[in-house]
Amino acid sequence: MTKTPHISVQHLNVHIGAQHILKDININIPDKKVTSIIGPSGCGKTTLLKSFNRLWDNTADVKITGKVLVDGEDIYDPNAEVTHIRKKMGLLSQRPYPLPMSIYDNVAYGPRIHGIRKKQDLDQLVEEQLKATGLWNEVKDRLNASATRLSIGQQQRLCLARGLAVGPEIILGDESTSALDPVSTAIIEDLFISLKEKYSIVLVTHILRQARRVSDYIIFVYMGKIIEFGPTEEVLLNPKEELTKEYVKGYIS
Amino acid sequence: MLVFTLASVSLLLVIGIGLYYKSAPIIHQLSWGTLITSTVWKPLKGLFGFFPFIMGTLWVTGIAIIIALPLCLLTALYIVEYAPVRIKRILTPFVNLLSGIPPVIFGVWGVLFIIPLIQIYIAPHFVEFSTGYSVLAGGIVLAVMIFPLIVSIISEVLRTIPQELKDASLALGATKWETIKKVILRKALPGIVAATVLAISRAFGETIAVLMVCGNNAAVPHSVFDPGYPLPALIANNYGEMLSIPSYDSALMFAALLLFIIILLFNIISRVILTRLERRLAG
Repeated sequence: MTKTPHISVQHLNVHIGAQHILKDININIPDKKVTSIIGPSGCGKTTLLKSFNRLWDNTADVKITGKVLVDGEDIYDPNAEVTHIRKKMGLLSQRPYPLPMSIYDNVAYGPRIHGIRKKQDLDQLVEEQLKATGLWNEVKDRLNASATRLSIGQQQRLCLARGLAVGPEIILGDESTSALDPVSTAIIEDLFISLKEKYSIVLVTHILRQARRVSDYIIFVYMGKIIEFGPTEEVLLNPKEELTKEYVKGYIS
Repeated sequence: MLVFTLASVSLLLVIGIGLYYKSAPIIHQLSWGTLITSTVWKPLKGLFGFFPFIMGTLWVTGIAIIIALPLCLLTALYIVEYAPVRIKRILTPFVNLLSGIPPVIFGVWGVLFIIPLIQIYIAPHFVEFSTGYSVLAGGIVLAVMIFPLIVSIISEVLRTIPQELKDASLALGATKWETIKKVILRKALPGIVAATVLAISRAFGETIAVLMVCGNNAAVPHSVFDPGYPLPALIANNYGEMLSIPSYDSALMFAALLLFIIILLFNIISRVILTRLERRLAG
């Protein structure tokens, strides 16, 4: 890794109730690359991703220790401002969850919260982000229609546009294509690849082919521990660890 | 099953027809228009104006909803969104317990606490004299009575909102309060309206507790400190007595018919509004 890491995780431990979900995680997520977190279900992939933008804050019984540095700033520092941290990261969840409002308002929601009020600026932002996610031509005539009327693939792209509209540095994708049809999946994957020019992207996926198609680096997580981390080809084709080997060959899942 | 369903639906019709049949004499005698709009209530002279009672019902119900709805909304939001698990476990049964208390106890509580409270502490700030027996007292007592109903429905609605939707808003850098205001409440709006409708329907018909604190004076209330006389109270107070007065029982039946029609109309109108609202939110 030549560049400085964008997210640096140091001795991260996550307990949910009595369960020790993540065990002493240490990882550096590279800047402006796509990094995929792979591993069998229940291994802690999503937990790890959600701990990057403190989405566990509102869940009872979750205890987090250790550091997560974003741009060198510890987001779990008691003085850190959570909205500021979350603004830096766009989250794309498993299924699209459009906000209960129009297409336009979905994209404008974030910017409005962060103080952009002028209609002109909002119009421009909305158009920009809808173009960035390839939705503009499909929805430009019905921006005031409810977002729930879009197809599920379109909704997921809208959610991406909504996340990009607040000007994040990092995109977090939590199995973002698992609810989508193959065509929409391909569109989203291509978007990830083109977006890495401007953003650092962290994806959780359980589809190895997808990890291979889109990512530059791969983190293999098993039973709450990071087993292996490295460039995609290396981890998938020439894994160093026995567990990784078994996983990529499909022996454990 | 179909037979039973039809039977319960037709029951509504039977009640409606029965009430109409029984109140027909007074309708023929005085006509709908006079009965509904006249403010004079002098049964001994054969004058039956129901306007004061209709207004009494509306005032008490309106006050109850105005008091209860914001409180219920905040309570439900607290229980679902903010309260730690332990407090939640204690709060929920307590709220439900309120709905199990017999209305007459609320009535006594109203007479013992709310009436003096209004008479001594609240009313003197606004009007020269009030006995405390007023539509406000009725509204407050009624608000407490519909509180558990609204809270439990709204809590249920709030619980159905997926965590991922809240996360989506939070992940954009919105605070929890912003998320509640702009996303959660918006998503829950049809449910909140439905809860309000149910509560209003229940409030319309509530009799005994309201009757005990309302003052029961057959005049149109002009302020919240005036006494009122809602329709159910009228029926409960007089049915079985004074039946020697001509047309009196028919007039009481007409009161019941009016209440029946008000609730029916209200439910139909709110159903239409709810359907429109849902359709609009769905796109």
